[in-house]
Amino acid sequence: MSAWRAIAAAALFAAAPALLAGEIPRDARRSGYSFMGHDTRAMQDDDTSNPGMLFVLDGEQLWGKKTGSAEKACADCHGEARDSMKGVAARYPAIDKTLHRPVTLEQRINLCRANHQQATPLPYESRDLLALSAFVAHQSRGAAITAGDDPQAKPFVEQGRELFMQREGQLNLACTNCHDDNFDKRLAGAPITQGQPTGYPLYRLEWQTLGSLERRLRSCMSGVRAQAYDYGSPELVALELYLMSRARGLPMETPAVRP
Amino acid sequence: MASFSSHAKADEIVPYTIVGDGIPQSLTGSPGDAARGRALVLTRTTTCILCHSGPFPETRFQGDLAPDLAGAGNRWTVSQLRLRLVDASRFNAETIMPSYYRTDGLVRVGRNFAGKPILSASEIEDIVAFLATLRD
Ligand code: HEC
Ligand code: HEC
Repeated sequence: MSAWRAIAAAALFAAAPALLAGEIPRDARRSGYSFMGHDTRAMQDDDTSNPGMLFVLDGEQLWGKKTGSAEKACADCHGEARDSMKGVAARYPAIDKTLHRPVTLEQRINLCRANHQQATPLPYESRDLLALSAFVAHQSRGAAITAGDDPQAKPFVEQGRELFMQREGQLNLACTNCHDDNFDKRLAGAPITQGQPTGYPLYRLEWQTLGSLERRLRSCMSGVRAQAYDYGSPELVALELYLMSRARGLPMETPAVRP
Repeated sequence: MASFSSHAKADEIVPYTIVGDGIPQSLTGSPGDAARGRALVLTRTTTCILCHSGPFPETRFQGDLAPDLAGAGNRWTVSQLRLRLVDASRFNAETIMPSYYRTDGLVRVGRNFAGKPILSASEIEDIVAFLATLRD
């Protein structure tokens, strides 16, 4: 345990019993942005050089486009996204009132397509789904993350936390081994971050495209040679929810850029 | 034991005997090749330098989650090095260092890796032979 964590843990013990052992205290939470080099930060900061903004613009088009047999656009129900979608992504995954379980922003978009547009679901990682979720999440840029506050979300946050702590794969490593215990260190020369979910969907230079948080989680799982959970599986949704609650208070960055 | 190993396929675990804090006998019955071991340690898919650094001036891609391997041959005997690679959790139950020659007690191992150790017996022997040469 590094010195600041020991101190923070001791301070916490007295002050904030709500935090669980091993968790990163609130004022020490840092986005992946703070681990990046100058050039990558500059690319994220400037909308004209941020490649994720092209997806946001595509998403804006799709927002206004009539789709499905209901012949309705997102805008027909939600109006101006600038107002209606402000802060929404910062509280996702959120409990769906009829399903009684958390759904991700991508799943919410597909639920709206099915229920209100009578349209077919968009496949995970398809350009249209990434564009729409980037456009919606972009309306929360700068908003503090609050996902997981809903009392009904509690058991799912806890499930996600267990998955985060669970060692897995042929390399037998858990998320926490890298992202709680070893951030600021280097894995094969590359910085390990806290694994904060603040910027998704984001443009990853290694992918040469936009990708979802689930894509990122699946690649960490393959990295430890584990069988990655399927897109949309309850496990990935729970992990995503836990990560968002673990990032409580950090501002949204969508669309972020990462190396 | 040695008679088993000659029949074993690369992805089967040959039986071995732990004595004290090490495995004194070669897993293959013969000594490893240190030059091949060095090349293996530097191969990304072997995973060592994801976490470790060492006396490898030719690569920048080294980790710092784990001790520098320089001098490992002074600090540990060949027998200890062999057990460390086979199953590092024998030294420290909480270690993050993977067990390179163990297939039990693992969760959700990917389809392509299920039932196979990370390294074969002869790869372990080559790496052990190399680590033993790392003397200050
Ligand atoms: C062996 C180390 C290791 C393990 C184990 C691991 N990761 Fe990662 N993870 C990385 C590295 C390296 C990156 C890319 C650089 C970074 O953001 O840390 C990364 C990136 C991430 C990111 C992206 C952060 C950003 O700023 O966009 C998230 C989120 C994440 N990991 C979550 C997880 C989760 C959840 C698990 C477990 C299922 C996990 N990781 C397991 C090493 C690991
Ligand atoms: C995921 C991280 C990780 C990987 C991968 C890894 N190790 Fe380690 N290793 C460690 C840690 C951490 C220690 C420190 C002792 C402990 O935790 O057991 C260690 C200790 C050692 C030691 C004893 C070091 C000393 O001098 O005290 C040796 C030798 C060693 N590892 C060799 C290897 C070799 C060879 C490989 C690849 C075949 C490898 N390790 C892969 C994390 C790792």
